[in-house]
Amino acid sequence: MAISTVIYNTFFRRNSIFVGTVLFGAFAFEIGFDSTIDKFWDARNSGKQWKDIKYKYVEKDDEE
Amino acid sequence: MVNRLSGSPLFKRLASSVSRGFSTSTKQASGEVSGATRNAVLATVATGGLAAWYVNLYGNPIKAVTLAEHGLHPAEYPWSHNGWLDTFDHSSLRRGFLVYKEVCAACHSLNLVAWRTLVGVTHTSDEVRAMAEEFEYDDEPNDEGEIEKRPGKLSDYIPAPYANEQAARAANQGALPPDLSLIIKARHGGCDYVFSLLTGYPDEPPAGATVAPGLNYNPYFPGGGIAMGRVLFDGLVEYEDGTPATTSQMAKDVTTFLNWAAEPEHDVRKKTGLKVLIITGTLWAISLWVKRFKWSPIKTRRIVYKPPKL
Ligand code: HEC
Repeated sequence: MAISTVIYNTFFRRNSIFVGTVLFGAFAFEIGFDSTIDKFWDARNSGKQWKDIKYKYVEKDDEE
Repeated sequence: MVNRLSGSPLFKRLASSVSRGFSTSTKQASGEVSGATRNAVLATVATGGLAAWYVNLYGNPIKAVTLAEHGLHPAEYPWSHNGWLDTFDHSSLRRGFLVYKEVCAACHSLNLVAWRTLVGVTHTSDEVRAMAEEFEYDDEPNDEGEIEKRPGKLSDYIPAPYANEQAARAANQGALPPDLSLIIKARHGGCDYVFSLLTGYPDEPPAGATVAPGLNYNPYFPGGGIAMGRVLFDGLVEYEDGTPATTSQMAKDVTTFLNWAAEPEHDVRKKTGLKVLIITGTLWAISLWVKRFKWSPIKTRRIVYKPPKL
């Protein structure tokens, strides 16, 4: 069976599965997309964001 | 004027249409220039002339403002948050808040910034709580309807140095130190302007420049005479991270901090913008492809006329 037929039969044939695929796909995509962007963002701005400097001040609080 | 005009696309279009008109006429030089061509050339020249005259007359209005009155244009500085994908430098924000608190807060309010907004940006919540508690705020009315004082909480706003505008003016020889919450957005040049203003006080005004008594000379301030004197001097504050507190370092830090105060959404906005551009860019590309796909039968069809056999 051609790959397209397999895809069609699994995801597109029944509307309930189709809608479910769309919703789950959006969910999964967003997680992946966001974490990829986050990784790029934090690498590009490393050392500048609060999370990069927070440790300096939290530790000091513990000592006190 | 002529230079500006000759570089403009309008001029290029004009020039090319004029020369096209001429080339047509040279081609026909052996015969005679057609009436339509001559009219087109005349109309073009007339339109171009009118436009040039109009620009000359109204394009550059005479302003009754000298450059000094306008204020010196600040240089562009390479702020670490300038780029589309650059966040604020939060170490700088933290230092800048210290400068605001120790220097500017004596005269300038920061009415739109609540203590809680500093949490997770420049300070930990414990640090901000401790700073807020140093100030007293009006409490809710008690059973007798009297208002007592209580120490500040995270939800309070940063207190203003003066109770009202009159008190502020009275303490500053009639000049009102503006609220700094939105100052970066409220001035042309934004960060570059405020930085230049803070670092732009010469030791004495240049020859020929006069300032009214009580004012200080600063070329970046429109008019050159500003009621705020120079406030930043080397070593005025002590940074906990060991950064040398030079005048320009403090000016840079406090300006960055004021930029955050005016745009607290800055970092998130840029990150969201990146995501939006990627997603909409992809959707745009897909929609182009779909359009071409759907149209391809129509674009590639051929209509053939087969004459009926007689
Ligand atoms: C001694 C009081 C005082 C201090 C301290 C002070 N300022 Fe000012 N500031 C003023 C006054 C008064 C004005 C109004 C000037 C005017 O309108 O001529 C002003 C105006 C300004 C302006 C507006 C200029 C404009 O374009 O209208 C900015 C920006 C500014 N101050 C920033 C700061 C910063 C940043 C600090 C801290 C580093 C600071 N000031 C410290 C008194 C002060």
